[in-house]
Amino acid sequence: MTSKPLKQVHLAAHFPGVNNTTVWSDPASGSHIEFESFKRFAQSAERGRFDFLFLAEGLRLREQGGQIYDLDVVGRPDTFTVLTALAAVTEHLGLTGTINSTFNEPYEVARQFASLDHLSEGRAAWNVVTSWDAFTGENFRRGGYLPQDQRYERAQTFLDTAFELWDSWGPEDVLADKDSGRFLGSASAGTFGHHDGHFDIEGRFNVPRSPQGRPVIFQAGESEQGREFAAASADAIFSRYSQYDEGRVFYDDVKGRLAKYGRSRDELLILPAATFVLGDTDEEAAEAAREIRFQQVSPATAIKFLEQLWNTDLSTHDPDGPLPSFDPVESDVDGLISQGRASVRQHRDRLDAAAKWRAKAEAEGLTTRELIVEVTGRQAFVGTPQTIAETINRFVQDDVADGFILVPHITPSGLDPFVDKVVPILQELGVHRTEYDGSTLRDNLGLAHPDRPEAKRVSA
Amino acid sequence: MTEHLHLAVALDGAGWHPAAWREDDARPADLLRPSYWVDLVQEAERGLLDLVTIEDALRLQSEDPFVPDERTDRVRGRLDATLIAARVAPVTSNIGLVPTAVVTHTEPFHLSKAIATLDYAATGRAGVRVQVSGRADEAAHFGRRQLEPLSSTRELDWSDPELRRRVTEAFDEAADYVEVLRRLWDSWEDDAEIRDAATGRFIDNTKLHYIDFEGRHFSVKGPSITPRPPQGQPVVAALGHADIPYRLIATSADLGFVTPHSAADAADIVGRIRTAQAAAGRAEETVHVFGDLLVVLDDTDEAAHARKRRLDERAGAELTSDAEIFVGTPAGLADLLQEWQAAGLTGYRLRPAALPHDLVRITEGLVPELQRRGAFRTSYATDTLRGHLGLSRPANRYATTAQSA
Repeated sequence: MTSKPLKQVHLAAHFPGVNNTTVWSDPASGSHIEFESFKRFAQSAERGRFDFLFLAEGLRLREQGGQIYDLDVVGRPDTFTVLTALAAVTEHLGLTGTINSTFNEPYEVARQFASLDHLSEGRAAWNVVTSWDAFTGENFRRGGYLPQDQRYERAQTFLDTAFELWDSWGPEDVLADKDSGRFLGSASAGTFGHHDGHFDIEGRFNVPRSPQGRPVIFQAGESEQGREFAAASADAIFSRYSQYDEGRVFYDDVKGRLAKYGRSRDELLILPAATFVLGDTDEEAAEAAREIRFQQVSPATAIKFLEQLWNTDLSTHDPDGPLPSFDPVESDVDGLISQGRASVRQHRDRLDAAAKWRAKAEAEGLTTRELIVEVTGRQAFVGTPQTIAETINRFVQDDVADGFILVPHITPSGLDPFVDKVVPILQELGVHRTEYDGSTLRDNLGLAHPDRPEAKRVSA
Repeated sequence: MTEHLHLAVALDGAGWHPAAWREDDARPADLLRPSYWVDLVQEAERGLLDLVTIEDALRLQSEDPFVPDERTDRVRGRLDATLIAARVAPVTSNIGLVPTAVVTHTEPFHLSKAIATLDYAATGRAGVRVQVSGRADEAAHFGRRQLEPLSSTRELDWSDPELRRRVTEAFDEAADYVEVLRRLWDSWEDDAEIRDAATGRFIDNTKLHYIDFEGRHFSVKGPSITPRPPQGQPVVAALGHADIPYRLIATSADLGFVTPHSAADAADIVGRIRTAQAAAGRAEETVHVFGDLLVVLDDTDEAAHARKRRLDERAGAELTSDAEIFVGTPAGLADLLQEWQAAGLTGYRLRPAALPHDLVRITEGLVPELQRRGAFRTSYATDTLRGHLGLSRPANRYATTAQSA
């Protein structure tokens, strides 16, 4: 036996979101907007000694067929505001917000993250996303459309500029020395200038350096450009590859890109999103998982998913019958029946996808709804607490991931069974903390602090 | 019976005197820490104040509000005011939280949901003070528009048509901005969330509304991504020193902060705002007008004057302010507040010269004095900011059912 030290499992909690995996019809489902729900959810995560809470973002309500989409949870809070409020009711939990780099300006986003980092005493993290659609742009001054090939260029430039702003203050720039009367150590603290095709800005940044120096940077893109962007600049990747084989391939690919940027493999964490269903036996859990899948895909939801691929009105289609016999309708972006969904979920080749769906439905004898249940994502971890804890641990030790961002299907109590039953087993296995030992999110994630790289902790 | 007056405290850094940070009880190393702000707002809440405002700007502080400098002997650096308010919200329970937000360079869609979310986190105690920026150095932080530098405040020539044009344009944009905030707050009807298991619908999407705002500076489609906040419409405030901003207060705000220097001055300003309010068709609506005062408070006049002299000496210059500076005792201040209240002001926003000293003189000195005179609340009667200000929860402009009767 080798004596390779066990990797620690990083755990995070994704507040159940605006999509069909969140089951709002369950009697246990509470408010998705009252602060009390966020507080309860965050405190559960902290009780389970999770690394951080994660919030997604969508800046325009989704539409389908020209109507605001009404089958899923609709409505969410402002990310910065709710995360900062959560800093008041938690002590250690990291606070990760998804913030768009297209519909914001670097000066403002940099000061908001620096403020969150100060007000949480070192717990801020930013999931950098890009979007470029004119649909969302209609809510903003700057408008929308950014050609797809410029998305990552703008995102990279935006992030570089934010780094320049955070780095414009050194850790020693605020003296606040009453005796000498010196408040600032330097008359030029905060001075910056950035001039290129995306941003032509200069002046002085007005938030002194925050406890983490800069927030932890997450990236969610999966494209070639997205992977390079993450390898160059990110501290962690929020991926969707939670299955064993695909996860290992993705993990190996992205970690392999770090060397050319002078980074080691432990400087970028891979944290897939993952759903879970617990049961007293593995069979019971599997049955519960199947029931939840049918709650997540109601007959009406099945038709909406079908429309997203067929790109036409199928409101009269029978969800309990076979797939449509005709082919999907091609269209440009503006003509899509569904607007405002994350790009990765839009279909690229409709004819090909429809052919695959048909083949699967015919081979397995599935109705439309059953097919949608099969193709729109099973739960990642299903089983007894012991099964799930061992599976998660094996995935982490085998480099499928460095941990998981768990997405419960019930707000706000959905995390509790995991915290109460799975976390203790992971702790017994010696792969999950029983108390927080770091003072910042960077510490807890084992990431280097930009101001003291020599003090970098290694995930042990 | 004496009409109760309303009281706000304006929080900024270590206080409004440039030497305040060097006082013995000052905490200049804590200005970026959450505990500093929690302590101050909890103190204000102990004094039963209506609200606190929190200053902000998208630039570093400067001695002259219109001209940047490179001083190292003054407080420099700050946190986002909306986020300070958010951090304080869960650990306070009654006091209104009114952060400042610059509207010139920011997105109304983002600010609308931020203040709505603050209102959720504070369960009905949020407001926002909108602020216009005309500074060239601030514009350069965003790079989207070019502005000529302004001269120092003391040299502004209000007869200059170019200056008037610039200021008018900036305030017209602010009025559009507030219109967008308000429409977005109303873009969800209160009963839009239905959770109808039979049809599988979470919302009734006929109760969500596009706001379709088209203005000279921006257009915004809507609806908001955040449901209507607890107060329906969080309180909107603005500070003004002249007719152009008074018009913004009259057309768009629930609460104006003004800077009179005498009772007659207060009467004149209130009259101008009321006239503009009537012209805007809002004569029937409550628009509060609070007088801003910078206060140096001690138990005796002599002590207050001595402290101000000491602070001025430390600062190397006599304190100047756009607001009237009051130096004296809480009882003396109470006299002034009641005198100017008779001229038409409905309340005051007090700017403590030094924190926490002058804040504590307000909560432990001024408030009990006003209570003895029957001029201030002895407990919170409501738990929302609109409630403290006597503003009802407004009907939703887009709702068709509620008002037909």
